[in-house]
Amino acid sequence: MADGSTKDAASILRKVNDYTWDIPMDYKPGMRVPGRIFVSSKLLESLEHDTLTQVSNVATLPGIQKFAMAMPDAHSGYGFPIGGVAAFDRDTGIISPGGVGYDINCGVRIIKTNLTVDEVRPGMKELIELLFHEIPSGVGSKSKLRASDSELTDAFLHGAKWAVESGYGVKEDVEHCEENGYMKIADPSKVGEKARKRGKPQFGTLGSGNHFLEVQYVDEVYDPEVAKVFGLHKGQVTVMIHCGSRGAGHQICDDYLKILDRATHKYGIQLPDRQLACAPAESTEGQNYYKAMAAGANYAWANRQVITHWVREAFARFFRRDDLSMDLIYDVAHNVAKLEEHTIDNEKKMVYVHRKGATRAFPPGHPDIPFSYRKVGQPVLIPGSMGTPSFVLHGTQKAMELTFGSACHGSGRVSSRGAAKREFHGETIQKELAARGISVRATHPSIIAEEAPGVYKPSEDVVDVVHQLGIARKVVKLMPIGVAKG
Amino acid sequence: MISRGSDLETDGGKKYEYLYHIADAKFRAFGPTLEEAFENAALALFNVMINTSNLEALEERKIEITSPDIKMLLVEWLSELLYLFEVDEIIFSEFRIDKIEKKCEDFSLIGKASGVPIDLLYHKFDTQVKAVTFHELEVEQDKTGGFWVQVVVDT
Repeated sequence: MADGSTKDAASILRKVNDYTWDIPMDYKPGMRVPGRIFVSSKLLESLEHDTLTQVSNVATLPGIQKFAMAMPDAHSGYGFPIGGVAAFDRDTGIISPGGVGYDINCGVRIIKTNLTVDEVRPGMKELIELLFHEIPSGVGSKSKLRASDSELTDAFLHGAKWAVESGYGVKEDVEHCEENGYMKIADPSKVGEKARKRGKPQFGTLGSGNHFLEVQYVDEVYDPEVAKVFGLHKGQVTVMIHCGSRGAGHQICDDYLKILDRATHKYGIQLPDRQLACAPAESTEGQNYYKAMAAGANYAWANRQVITHWVREAFARFFRRDDLSMDLIYDVAHNVAKLEEHTIDNEKKMVYVHRKGATRAFPPGHPDIPFSYRKVGQPVLIPGSMGTPSFVLHGTQKAMELTFGSACHGSGRVSSRGAAKREFHGETIQKELAARGISVRATHPSIIAEEAPGVYKPSEDVVDVVHQLGIARKVVKLMPIGVAKG
Repeated sequence: MISRGSDLETDGGKKYEYLYHIADAKFRAFGPTLEEAFENAALALFNVMINTSNLEALEERKIEITSPDIKMLLVEWLSELLYLFEVDEIIFSEFRIDKIEKKCEDFSLIGKASGVPIDLLYHKFDTQVKAVTFHELEVEQDKTGGFWVQVVVDT
């Protein structure tokens, strides 16, 4: 059992089925709905007590619908748990930066290639070195892009679309992003000067922590038909980019937490945790946050788009070819709040769905997914931790019924960074991964130790719960061969 | 505003300590005065990212903050340092708070931080602190009159 967890998680939870456990409403005063945790009995063992507390705190928020939910990769965060999903009625509910997090639209994209693992593996060490140098990462790293004030405003406004129009990509890229690469509600005038100042020099950087750039290959195909629709086949090399809105998003969240802290008092909302500061969704304060958050989300889409362009350039240079078919498969946000229509108690309702460390997983036929994927559902991209497999799944109708169209976002930590650094030695991990055919390049070894494979829940276990529940179905497994991180 | 009589006693020598948190960083900082506890919290914040013990203090920034309550003052003090770290690219290692005062309904702080400009050739960072959260935030006075604060930062 993980440190910080509790043996009584099982005694608090009520089993609904093998993968669904509820926190009853009498667990905590003020709960408006039960909590619902989607885990296997194996993953339940590493579930922390704090995660349950945080789920039940979310359940007390006004206007919450059905359940306060946690995905199988859930672990404790601040405010909402990481892996938390909650929907709030547009008219009676709230919107909360605590339900999105500081790294607004931290997300993942996958780019395909027409290269095979056998073609790429021999030069992997050199390729990852090149990618590490071409895509700035780590604390204090400087972008190659010198965005002007007006370009920054355009990025806040039009996200990946701005990036493509500025020469960083092709128009098909935006079609293959959630929201077509930008939320139209964004209003850069709601973004403060500090967020602009933090965001400007970091535009076009990967960041640090769990963010990474990975070269992978399709190791296993579970659903050949859907894989074909996504353009994936066994042995094919792909590139995964995992990053977010950098200092811009962090500051937007910071600024609005303070504003909404005051709003919480103004509107007389009782909170069990100050980090859940919120305002009625349609209030001025709530809408100002939503518009600023959307600007932050757009910055992140632009950021991933610019990085994609540099990845394509680096590959073309390395392989001395520009016909590598490096099409964007899809780009998903995993920290975001969005106004969506969902059917609740047989009634269509507009709700603000908060996904904090969770991926949207829309079903076949949904109008919000690209036309080319509409028959099979949205690609759901689940990154593994360093050295462990990542997965592509596809969205299902079941997710609309059970989880407001959401699935997990990753593996979920089971060990702290401090413990990781004590337990693991970066250089040893690097050697072990190299022996398994995975080249890792990081700014320095302790970065590798902090993100060692052993500090995360096995990504297979998390994805299997999602697959078994049917809220997203497995399409392919991707194995890493090269990792660059800051 | 500050709870008193906490069972936790501030350790004479220790400036701060890190506590277990699965994904982020959590620390407690101590001081015989509230000002020193805040200063030590700043030191703990920067040491999440980098060992500051051998860094010079060449550049100085003055900091003035007013907040509606003492916990918010702590968050805003640390957030401002984080902002200056990112925007002015200075690793702060020395902190001095002249006075924390209650004025009418607000709390205010005047202080300064000094440090060295970031040089990526020499400075090896661990993970970046993204933000200072309100989660499990504490500002307390112990039975002996000393102070301790607790902060969770998002990494």
